[in-house]
Amino acid sequence: MKSYKADVLVIGAGAAGLAAAIEVKKSDLKVLIIERAKELGGITLQCIHNGFGLKEFEEELTGPEYAQRFINQVNDLKIPYILDTMVIEITKDKKIYAVNNKEGLIEVSAKAIILAMGCRERTRGAINIPGFRPSGIYTAGQAQRFVNIEGYLPGHTYVILGSGDIGMIMARRLTWEGCNVKAVVEIQPYVSGLLRNQVQCLEDYDIPLITSYTVTKIHGRDRLQGVSIAKVTKDYDRIIGSERFIECDTLLLSVGLIPENELTLQAGATLSQNGGPMVDNNLETTIDGIFACGNVLQVHDLVDMVTSEAKRAGKNVIDYIQYRYDKPVKKEEKIKCIPGENINYLKPDLVNKSDIESNIIFNFRVKYPDRRVIIQFKDEKNKVIYTRKKVYVIPSEMIELALNLKEIGVETTIKEIRIEVIPRPEVLIEED
Amino acid sequence: MIYDVIIIGGGVIGCCIARTLSKYDLKIAVLEKEADIASGTTKANSGVVHAGYAAEREYLKRDMCIKGNKMYTKAAEELNFPLQRIGSFVVALEDNQIKDLEVERNNGIQDGIVGLELILDKKKIKHMEPNLTDDVVGVLHAPSAGIVSPYEMTFALAENAAMNGVKFFRSHKVKRIRHQNYIFELKTKQSTFKARNIVNAAGLFASKISKMVGLDYFDIMPRKGEYILFDRNSMHLNKVLFPMATKVSKGILVCPTAHGNTFVGPNAQNLSDKKDTSTTEAGLKEILEGARKLVPHLPERASIRNFAGLRAIPDSYDFIIDNTDVYGFINVAGILSPGLTSCYAISERVIEYLELLGVDLKPNEKYNPIRPKPERFKEFLKDELDRKIRVDPAWGRIICRCETIPEKEILNAIHAPVGAINVDGVKFRCRPGMGRCQGGFCRPRVMEILARELNIPYQDVTKKSEDSYYLVSKTKDELLKKLESGEEE
Repeated sequence: MKSYKADVLVIGAGAAGLAAAIEVKKSDLKVLIIERAKELGGITLQCIHNGFGLKEFEEELTGPEYAQRFINQVNDLKIPYILDTMVIEITKDKKIYAVNNKEGLIEVSAKAIILAMGCRERTRGAINIPGFRPSGIYTAGQAQRFVNIEGYLPGHTYVILGSGDIGMIMARRLTWEGCNVKAVVEIQPYVSGLLRNQVQCLEDYDIPLITSYTVTKIHGRDRLQGVSIAKVTKDYDRIIGSERFIECDTLLLSVGLIPENELTLQAGATLSQNGGPMVDNNLETTIDGIFACGNVLQVHDLVDMVTSEAKRAGKNVIDYIQYRYDKPVKKEEKIKCIPGENINYLKPDLVNKSDIESNIIFNFRVKYPDRRVIIQFKDEKNKVIYTRKKVYVIPSEMIELALNLKEIGVETTIKEIRIEVIPRPEVLIEED
Repeated sequence: MIYDVIIIGGGVIGCCIARTLSKYDLKIAVLEKEADIASGTTKANSGVVHAGYAAEREYLKRDMCIKGNKMYTKAAEELNFPLQRIGSFVVALEDNQIKDLEVERNNGIQDGIVGLELILDKKKIKHMEPNLTDDVVGVLHAPSAGIVSPYEMTFALAENAAMNGVKFFRSHKVKRIRHQNYIFELKTKQSTFKARNIVNAAGLFASKISKMVGLDYFDIMPRKGEYILFDRNSMHLNKVLFPMATKVSKGILVCPTAHGNTFVGPNAQNLSDKKDTSTTEAGLKEILEGARKLVPHLPERASIRNFAGLRAIPDSYDFIIDNTDVYGFINVAGILSPGLTSCYAISERVIEYLELLGVDLKPNEKYNPIRPKPERFKEFLKDELDRKIRVDPAWGRIICRCETIPEKEILNAIHAPVGAINVDGVKFRCRPGMGRCQGGFCRPRVMEILARELNIPYQDVTKKSEDSYYLVSKTKDELLKKLESGEEE
C-alpha cells in the first residue's frame, strides 16, 4: 500500500479545494490535494459561460479561465496533487484511504483535513415526479457536461424544470446550439436562480418562464415524449384541471443542489439541516482538525464566494496546526447559532466564545422573498443584540454579515444567537 | 437445429426453468422479447422471499411457495446471489386482528412453515423492530422469510444456465407459433426456431402466447404496484413489514432491500394496458400513507426513485402450471405473488411435466451448478484491494461514487454470459446509477465503457431499448443542418 504524509490534506480540487490548498501553502506547511476527476478545476471546467471572477479578480472570466488562475498558482507553488483518485474512507482517527488505477490503495496521514467535495444535483427521484422512466431526463449539470465536455446534444426539444442557475444557463446554451427550449417551469412564484441569469439567459432569448407550475407526469416508455405540467397553489399543491401537455424529447432538472457529505459522515462529523457539516466560526467541523469549505458546506451563489470561504478555511487550518494540533484539547465554550423566522439555514452553527472579539462571518439564506425587512440577532433570553435593515431579501441570494460580536456588546455569558428576518415595523420605514 | 425445449420469456421464471433444465443433456433456448432479460415484472417487485402462510390452502401457489422458500438456501449458495433471511412481520394494529394471525400461524405450522410465531409482547416487538409504530398490538413473525435482489438472482440464473449450454436470444419477440408433426416452429422478427417442447413463461403476455397454439383458456390482467425507494442508510429495518392482508393483495410493505435501501409499496391497481408501468401522483401518495401506518417516521426526504411494476394476475388468481392439450406445450402462466419465492418449485414441476412428455432427461455431464460469486470492490479487505488493483488497474478506477463501483465490475457485467448491453443492464447487474445521484455522475462514464467494450459509437448507447437513446447528435450538427437548409443565417 502506498502511503503519503502531509500536514494538510485537501479533498477535492474544485474552486474550494484549490483556493484552500493555495492559502495553506502560503505558510510553509505541506499540503496534498486529492481529486477524483482527471484534471484539476472541478465543476467550473464545464461552466464555459462567463460571469466568474467579478469579485475575486474584478474581471469577467469563464469557468475554465477562473479555474486556470488557481491551477497556475498550484503549479507555481508546486503543490502536489493526485488525480483520478477517489477517497473511499476517512476513519474516525483521521486516516484517509483512497484508490486510483496507478498506485492502488493509498493511505494518507495528515494533521488536518479540508473537505472540499462540492455538491450534487437533486434528481427526479428526490422530488418524486410520477410517470414513466424513459431516457431523456437529465439533471442540468449532466446535460451541461454532455454538451460542453463530451460534445453531444442530449435532445432536440426541451422543457427545463426549475429555474436554478445551471438550468437557465443551459436554456441559453441549448438555444445557441439550435435546440428548442419550450419552457422553463418553476414551482415557486419566483425564479430560484440569480436575476442576472433570468435576464441574460431567458428574457434575452424569449424563452418562456412559467412560474407556480411544476411537472406532474413523465410521458414516454422508451424515450421521453413529453411532460404534463400543472399550476400549483402557494403550498405547492397541484390545482386540479390546470394540467397541460408539452411535447418534448428532453427534460432537464435544475431543482437544487445538495452538499455531498458521505465522507463527512463517515469521519463521524455531524451534519446540520442544510445537508452540510456543522461548523464553528473557524469552519471546523465537529471533528477536531477536519474543516469544510465551498459547496460541501453550503451551496453558494457565485464561485467567488466559494473562493473567499476556502481562503478563510485555509487560514484557519494554518492556525489550527500552529496552535492547537497535538496540544491538549481545551474545552472550548461555544455559542449556538440558530436560524429563526424566515431563515432557511445559517452558517456557522457555532461560535467559539474565545473568538467574539474577531470578525465573525455569518452566511444565511431566507426561506421566502420579502421587502423592507430587518435582520435581527437575539440572545437566548430573546433580547435583541443587533439589527440591520435590508430593502429586499430573496432565497437565491445568500446574505453575508461580518460582525465583531464584542463591539456590538455581546457578553461571553451568552449561550445562543438566533437570527431572524422580519418585516420592518412601520415607524422605521420613514428612515429608509 | 431442433431444440428440445424453448422457453418463451427471460424473466425470473423462464431463467429459473432454463437453469434447472440445464442439468440435463438437452438443447435449450430462451427467447426474450425485450433488449435484456429480467426486464418485466422481475425487475420491479418487492424482492421478498415469502414464508408461505399467506395464500389460502386450496391454492397451488401456497404449496409452491412453501416448497420454494426452502429451496432458496441451496440456490443462493450455488448461484451466489444475496439472500438474507431476516424474517417478516405481519403487523396487527387492532385486537380483533390477532385471531386471524393465529389461524395463519396454526395452518402454517401444520403445512410445514418453520418458526412461525405470534408475538403479542409489545416491548419484544419494538425491540425486534424499533421503527414499527407504537400502535402495534401483535405480529406474526415468520423467521424463514427473507429478502433477495430479484433481478440479480435472475442474472445469476441466466449466467449459470448459459454456462451449462442454454442459448439466450434477446430482442426476440415471438410473433407466431406453428405446430406440425410434433415440432413447434417459432417465428421472431430475426429468425425461426424449431423445438419439440415449449415452456410458455411469458409473464403478462402468456395468454397471448398460449393463444398462438390455440389454447385460449385463461386471461392475464396487469395489476400495477408502485414503489418509492429511499437512500441507503436513511433507515435501518430489521424485518420485512406487512400490514394485515386484504383480499386483493398483501398490502403496502415497508421493507429493506438486499442492498440496504428501504422501500415502501406496492399498491394494487388493476389495469388493461400491459405496458403501463407509469407511477401516478395518487399512487405515490397512497403508498406513503399506507406505509406510515406501519412506520410513522419514513425518511421521505431521502427518496431516490419511484417506480412501478405490473403483476401478471390470472383470472383464477392461482398459478397456471399445465401440461396442456397441445402435446409438448407447457404453460407456466399467471405467476403472481408469491411467484418469486416459488420459482425453484415451479421449475421442478416443469421438469416432471417434461418427463411425462417423454423428454429424455439424461444428465448433462458438464453441468456445474456453481455460478461464481461476482467480485465486489466493497467486499475486499484493504490488502486484497491493493493487490487486485495492481493486477488489474480497472479495480482502481471508481465509476459510480454513490455505490463505489469500479470499472472492473462494469467490465465483468458486460462480459458475463448473457451480459449487459445497455446502461440499465449495467445498472441492474452491478449497481452504478442505483444510488442517490441516480447516475448523474457516472452515466457518461458507463456509456463510454459500453461503447468501447461493445464496439459501438458513443451516441448509440441506449438506456434499455433501441428507442431509449440518450444523445441525438454531436453539438453543432443541428445548427449546420439548419444553416444548410437555409432556416437560419
